[in-house]
Amino acid sequence: MKDFIIPWGDDRDLGTPASKSTKSVTLNIDGFDVTVPEGTSVMRASALAGIDIPKLCASDNLEAFGSCRLCVVEIEGRRGTPASCTTPVTPGMVVHTQSKKVQKIRKGVMELYISDHPLDCLTCAANGDCELQDMAGAVGLRDVRYEAVDTHFKAKNTSGESNPQWLPKDDSNPYFTYDPAKCIVCSRCVRACEEVQGTFALTISGRGFDSRVSAGSLNDTFLSSDCVSCGACVQACPTATLQEKSVIEMGTPTRSVITTCAYCGVGCSFKAEMRGDELVRMTPYKHGKANRGHSCVKGRFAYGYATHQDRILNPMIRDTIDQPWREVSWAEAMSFAATKMRGLQEKYGQKSIGVITSSRCTNEETFLVQKLTRAVFGNNNTDTCARVCHSPTGYGLGQTYGTSAGTQDFDSVEETDCALIIGANPTDGHPVFASRLKKRIRQGAKLIVIDPRRTDMVKSNHIQADHHLPLRPGTNVAIVTALAHVIVTEGLIDADYIRNRCDWDEYLAYAEFVSDPRHSPEAVELLTGVPAADVRAAARTYATAGKSAIYYGLGVTEHSQGSTTVIGIANLAMLTGNVGINGAGVNPLRGQNNVQGSCDMGSFPHELPGYRHVKNADVREIFEKAWNVTIDPEPGLRIPNMLDAAVDGTFKGLYCQGEDILQSDPDTKHVAAGLAAMECVIVHDLFLNETANYAHVFLPGSSFLEKDGTFTNAERRINRVRKVMAPKNGYADWEVTQMLANAMGAGWTYTHPSQIMDEIAATTPSFANVSYDLLEERGSIQWPCNDANPDGTPLMHVDGFVRGKGRLIVTEYVATDEKTGPRFPLLLTTGRILSQYNVGAQTRRTANVVWHDQDVLEIHPHDAEVRGVKEGDFVKLASRSGETTLRATITDRVSPGVVYTTFHHPDTQANVITTDFSDWATNCPEYKVTAVQVSPSNGPTDWQEDYAAQAAASRRILPAAE
Amino acid sequence: MKTEKMVYMANQIATFFVSQPGTDQADRVAAHINDFWEPRMREQFLTHVTAGGEGLSELSLKAAALVRQPA
Ligand code: SF4
Ligand code: SF4
Ligand code: SF4
Ligand code: FES
Repeated sequence: MKDFIIPWGDDRDLGTPASKSTKSVTLNIDGFDVTVPEGTSVMRASALAGIDIPKLCASDNLEAFGSCRLCVVEIEGRRGTPASCTTPVTPGMVVHTQSKKVQKIRKGVMELYISDHPLDCLTCAANGDCELQDMAGAVGLRDVRYEAVDTHFKAKNTSGESNPQWLPKDDSNPYFTYDPAKCIVCSRCVRACEEVQGTFALTISGRGFDSRVSAGSLNDTFLSSDCVSCGACVQACPTATLQEKSVIEMGTPTRSVITTCAYCGVGCSFKAEMRGDELVRMTPYKHGKANRGHSCVKGRFAYGYATHQDRILNPMIRDTIDQPWREVSWAEAMSFAATKMRGLQEKYGQKSIGVITSSRCTNEETFLVQKLTRAVFGNNNTDTCARVCHSPTGYGLGQTYGTSAGTQDFDSVEETDCALIIGANPTDGHPVFASRLKKRIRQGAKLIVIDPRRTDMVKSNHIQADHHLPLRPGTNVAIVTALAHVIVTEGLIDADYIRNRCDWDEYLAYAEFVSDPRHSPEAVELLTGVPAADVRAAARTYATAGKSAIYYGLGVTEHSQGSTTVIGIANLAMLTGNVGINGAGVNPLRGQNNVQGSCDMGSFPHELPGYRHVKNADVREIFEKAWNVTIDPEPGLRIPNMLDAAVDGTFKGLYCQGEDILQSDPDTKHVAAGLAAMECVIVHDLFLNETANYAHVFLPGSSFLEKDGTFTNAERRINRVRKVMAPKNGYADWEVTQMLANAMGAGWTYTHPSQIMDEIAATTPSFANVSYDLLEERGSIQWPCNDANPDGTPLMHVDGFVRGKGRLIVTEYVATDEKTGPRFPLLLTTGRILSQYNVGAQTRRTANVVWHDQDVLEIHPHDAEVRGVKEGDFVKLASRSGETTLRATITDRVSPGVVYTTFHHPDTQANVITTDFSDWATNCPEYKVTAVQVSPSNGPTDWQEDYAAQAAASRRILPAAE
Repeated sequence: MKTEKMVYMANQIATFFVSQPGTDQADRVAAHINDFWEPRMREQFLTHVTAGGEGLSELSLKAAALVRQPA
């Protein structure tokens, strides 16, 4: 028997998907005994044994299809030549993969394909990377005995008439082309779009010789079709028919490095395929445990920002923000910044300066930035943009379960019987997770969506939510409590679970609270706008479907009662026994790539790394010993508090790494006033972002392609980021922070991020066993990883909650004070879309703008009509904070009374509109509810014009002195 | 920070804990403020309480006695 342990990193295509069966079957292939799980195909069994059977229509991320007949084999005792991809193994089966008979069939098949395929291999973009070519070689095809009269690839026939079967190339997608002349109609692309991506944008139209791949309907191009440019079809295509434009331009890559996407919290693994130090393409890595070989348009294609001409590569300084920038050496920039920051501390006190860490940077970089403030500045003024997104998750899950993190891994969704999505739009925000979820839904799992908008999860091709509860923005707590009311009063709780796992007295108090008729769906119907019967039905489905999982996003956290909703969600899962088992759980979908990591690494002002409060002397002692400093036992300022203190004149200096608080934080005018009041703002970023308009020092940043480190995704998975090219600005971000710290007298001596990880492991119990060596060996690890969990922890709270007994906490609904009235009768809620990312600084600098070149306002036809607003009109959007203009689009995705926009473009300045209301526990801003008015408009507001002028003036850079 | 905003934030915290069962709501409000409010903010809060505490809810005021005076 052959030994076929797959070494880590082997990414051969084994032809058909793995079987999940635990039973094994032994068969004989070409004289070797092979043991595989029941349900495995002959093709896969054979590939596992090292014997590759030729194939064209099969691929191991797709169900076998059996159309090309290239993979035929002979099986003793069976008639004919079955296709090995569609034939499951049976015990004792004896297979011959290379008999004369099958060899002849295969040659015949290839001959047919090749006779209708252009023979321009030498100049083809897929030369060397083409399965058709490989198979021609594998079957020993030497000549094609007949010339086809009718072909798909000749533009004109022999008499010079144009060939109706010939179709021109479709170049409409900015990242890949479709060249029908090279298509062998294997339908791998169609199946990838269905099975892997779940978009169903492609079909095979026509029959027989007329069959063609087509995107959308007859007159569609790829761009105008439903295609979301995930690249799964390009990946699946065995020929050059679907081909990356970058490969067409640059040629095939020669080496590859495994790394992690720097966009969203799914944390997909990629192969960065390189030629020299040029990135040719990114392809999703099939052993990536978060993405299992899939990706979205951002990670796969939108990396061009890393080499965009707007990138600033030299440090710059200025004394005041009305001056133009002056390029200086790194040494001069550091001494300028250090002198200013120290000077501020002397004049205004030790606590007058602070830092903002980045959720885009690596764990190691974040750790150093918070260390800078705690150990070098001598205060705890550190915060991160997670403040404005998931800080309520930290509070809510910390209070109920004892740790601030999702309970499952993404694989868990494959076992889910019911998914409840609340305040999240995964098809846009977390696309690869959405694809995995949709696959499960198509297999029959139930789906409940709680969202003011009819998102694509509610209804799209082959997906329909069983329940959609379109609540009024701001009533999450009322809905979640009503769901709990139904579960408790209808006796749908898992009483054994609650008795064993939770604090029973607290449960009793909670049950009494939640059973009160004022929490019933009927009682809150007027408030939430959701029919009571729908709430009841959804609660029953959630409680009785089996393994129920909750996935939630910023639509939960970004509210005055964000923390309370997180608690309410945690309660639902405890009531029904849905924590600690696979397929269930409570999962925050993190926005940015390293939000989880930045929280873990002690970015919050009250917590040292590993979520331990600074007031605890024993925790401080660990760091005091390691760093040889005294740590302030008082919590520091959070971002909104920093800005308030700046306006008050007690907070004067800020080091802001990889964040754009002016664009991303609410109430832009207040943020601008706070920044303007500071005397030293240091921005460390790739681009002159909006915050840099108020900065005195600009330190160029490096992209994720240019440094080593780790990101931690939404499932607590620590993934390696690997340097594939030298930093264009000269230094990785951790080196820049170290230079600044040393300019202020720190004396740090890190020479590689792995040393920073060692320091994290030595000081933080949940990371105790994490090291670069272990990551190299395992590929990735989910924390906690320590002596108690040496392999990491895919599933949390298995035998008990981290905090001991789970706590059911009372969740009283409190209406937000952001109320509609005669002046501002509509509710604005905000979100994001697939092709753009956060403030858009990166994605706006890629071809992704073809899908979203401006922010638009979604408004219901009824609300539009009474205001005289037509599709595409410029409208003024005003709240009590400010006003802006943007174009309107009319859609019934939003309910009457609700409008919606994204915040990806700085010209729109959607945050001029948002207010300074925030979550009661964490100050997470209430982005998701703002009372607004919409009216027709002619063009930009005064604020937008003033802003644009100020931005342009502040971005001037003096030509370098000769 | 504007006094009204500070008062608003304190009252928001109190509003959550007032709904919780038990008799230690004031302790929990104070604990929350001690854990999350930077000394400058607690200072401003306590100064405002000394000045009469205008606008603060009953529970916020009760909690004030337990809020740590910054050093
Ligand atoms: S890129 Fe993705 S969505 Fe578009 S056709 Fe290909 S598989 Fe479908
Ligand atoms: S485009 Fe590629 S994957 Fe799709 S049918 Fe044609 S050859 Fe196969
Ligand atoms: S943006 Fe998110 S889903 Fe898309 S490739 Fe990157 S990590 Fe994956
Ligand atoms: S690979 Fe089996 S029929 Fe195509």
